[in-house]
Amino acid sequence: MKQLMTGNEAIARGAYEAGIRFASAYPGTPSTEILENIALYKDDIVAEWAPNEKVALEAVVGYSIAGGRAIASMKQVGLNVAADPLFSFAYTGCNGSAVIVTADEPGIHSSQTEQDNRYYAKMAKLPMLEPTDSQQAKDMVIAACEISEKYRTPVIIRMTTRICHSKSIVELGSRREAPNKEYKKDIWQYTTMPAVSRKLRFELEERLKGLTRESNNSPFNDIEWNDKSIGIIANGIAYQYAKEVFGEEASYLRIGFSYPIPMELIKEFASRVDTLYVIEEVEPFLEEEIRAAGIACHGKDILPGIGELSPRIMEEKIKGVKKELLPTKPDKVTNRPPVLCAGCAHRAVFYELGKRKDLFISGDIGCYGLGALPPLNAMDTCICMGASVSAGHGAAKAFTEYDVKKHVVSVIGDSTFFHSGMTSLLNVIYNKSKTITLILDNRITGMTGHQDHPGTGYTAQGEESQEADIEKIVKALGVNHVRKINPLQLNELHEAIDTALETPEPSVIIARWPCALKKLSAKDKEEFGEYVKRYIVKKEQCIGCKKCIRTGCPALRFDKASKKTLIDPIMCNGCSLCAQVCPVDAIVLDQK
Amino acid sequence: MVKAKSILIVGVGGQGTLLASKILTQGLMEMGFDVKMSEIHGMSQRGGSVSAHIRYGEKIYSPVISEGEADILISFEEMETYRWLNYLKPGTGIAIINNYRLPSAPVLTGQMDYPEDLIEEISEIANAVVVNARDIALELSFAKSMNIVLLGALIKIAGLDNMDWENIIRSIVPEKYLEGNLKAFAAGMHSVI
Ligand SMILES: Cc1ncc(C[n+]2csc(CCOP(=O)(O)OP(=O)(O)O)c2C)c(N)n1
Repeated sequence: MKQLMTGNEAIARGAYEAGIRFASAYPGTPSTEILENIALYKDDIVAEWAPNEKVALEAVVGYSIAGGRAIASMKQVGLNVAADPLFSFAYTGCNGSAVIVTADEPGIHSSQTEQDNRYYAKMAKLPMLEPTDSQQAKDMVIAACEISEKYRTPVIIRMTTRICHSKSIVELGSRREAPNKEYKKDIWQYTTMPAVSRKLRFELEERLKGLTRESNNSPFNDIEWNDKSIGIIANGIAYQYAKEVFGEEASYLRIGFSYPIPMELIKEFASRVDTLYVIEEVEPFLEEEIRAAGIACHGKDILPGIGELSPRIMEEKIKGVKKELLPTKPDKVTNRPPVLCAGCAHRAVFYELGKRKDLFISGDIGCYGLGALPPLNAMDTCICMGASVSAGHGAAKAFTEYDVKKHVVSVIGDSTFFHSGMTSLLNVIYNKSKTITLILDNRITGMTGHQDHPGTGYTAQGEESQEADIEKIVKALGVNHVRKINPLQLNELHEAIDTALETPEPSVIIARWPCALKKLSAKDKEEFGEYVKRYIVKKEQCIGCKKCIRTGCPALRFDKASKKTLIDPIMCNGCSLCAQVCPVDAIVLDQK
Repeated sequence: MVKAKSILIVGVGGQGTLLASKILTQGLMEMGFDVKMSEIHGMSQRGGSVSAHIRYGEKIYSPVISEGEADILISFEEMETYRWLNYLKPGTGIAIINNYRLPSAPVLTGQMDYPEDLIEEISEIANAVVVNARDIALELSFAKSMNIVLLGALIKIAGLDNMDWENIIRSIVPEKYLEGNLKAFAAGMHSVI
């Protein structure tokens, strides 16, 4: 049977067909849907959201050493978090099989960096596969399990946004059951003590030799001979673009098994074409090695190393063809930055923080990163997950040291707190910085599209679970001043921040209200009730002061003609923030 | 060999572009085409600009449409049409425009003005077909079916109507919204005859 699938759905299908029984991940664009889709194979695969990527990978390490088949998936920066186990895991190797999917983001559509994670394969000395479409994404999971088992090595599959989020046709197969491998205790294999690692270090090099042979003979590194005046070596989505632009005017070596680099095959291909182009997005990963092997080629000398490639870029840069475009006027285009949703409780927090002077607001990664933008303008930094609390600690130390009058407020989401905020907060307490940590507990991982986490009380496969209690956790970490508030009550929020600012010790405010888009769980309904509310403007009362507009709610519009605010009844989620900031009570609950 | 065709669907997060493209690509596959689709939806829930690139033909390589290569640009919002207009093939490309405006944050807060004459601007340089999808959807008293109205118009204009689309919609849309969506689809097809 054939089915249209995204690359992520195909990875999930591949996991099913490969007989994988365990999957662990932490959400992150563009990788999130891999685990979401694996979780649907409830009878065959145990799928878990881990609190972070390191934990996810370590769970897979354990599962595979114990003898099972497992897969971990994460976005590119997630592999930074999981890099520690990655390198050790390369040494110990696995017993069952282990697949690690990294989803990179050329073009930085929804990430912090444009890093090229192929270098992780090289640095950790692990085999790496790169699909060019969804069919290959599925096939490669099955192949990765086989390679993993044969060489007792974890295998990396590297995807990019355009592979993850593009649909193409996939031929479905059936699941093959893979029996577990017997586990035998062997400290000379599974403990990375120096003496053991020194031994494993040699084995790693031996393994790479075998994998190099494998790569040179892999069906994923395939040659298509056409006209030999142009030879193209390409990987991932760049291969599809090249085929689109050159068709049969060029010969191709598609690189799907990209580490160890199949240099024998590359040499053979290069020797039979007149001009060689190496086409890859972002870094010259293949090109560097090809040039180092003494092979002349074009690559980053003509193609950009920043951002995504496209058929058009290749046409322009390689063929020298520049097509006319419609003459649009760029100055007529108004931009459309993402905004906090109507009814989002984060808005209240940033509205309150934005009003205060002398704050250094240490932000973090999540929807609430949007608090940095106008009209809220309430954030100083946003670095990487968990950094709000720890960078806030550092900033507070510096401000104290240099006698700068700034108070640090670190703002972190619930999912991010569980990911890597807890150790940062421990540092605040242990090393005594007087920071305020504001935990935006919207009861879900919002940014990546609503995944459960330890605080929601549900697992990835919808089972009820122990709900992690943030209040108890922060108290156990040693925070003496903890307040739990409803951020949509501005008075309460205002007072809590005032009190925290006056407190001479570190404090925590937990702002607890569910994401406006969250499908409320049974537990949520019990706690927050089911509310459907709309607010309306009493036209005759509105004085056009725009105070409500300054909350940045997308449901509000200032009508220039009447000089009054309008509320879009379809968008309004009834949070009441605009009504609370209105100085003349012109915004009221719609009684209809 | 059937030449590859490219359809670019654009809009604002939450407008239902993804459902429209899902129905379209499923139908194209069942018509026997090779199909690829690429979407960028990272920040889509936060009211950002969203796009779905759809390509079909005998054999498709790139899932992404380059600037100047779209045979049809269908846009769920006026400004989005203009933002993506340089993706339309000069000369033969057709822009299907929903004459519906969703002002973005800089407009809502009064930092920028929403241009009044976008449809005229577009019509001057491209073949434009305007669909009053919102009015049509409201007439059916199903405001949320604007996306399916536009899909109907698209399928008619792309000449893809020799296919049982009702059946495809039936297989994708939940029962509770089915009837409304089928009506919206028919009304959309009808709107561009
Ligand atoms: C290391 C790493 N993993 C994953 C991500 C993707 N990501 C960005 S924000 C976020 C979660 C945000 O959830 P939460 O802290 O609850 O805030 P919310 O979006 O709900 O406001 C995730 C998973 C990332 N940027 N970095």
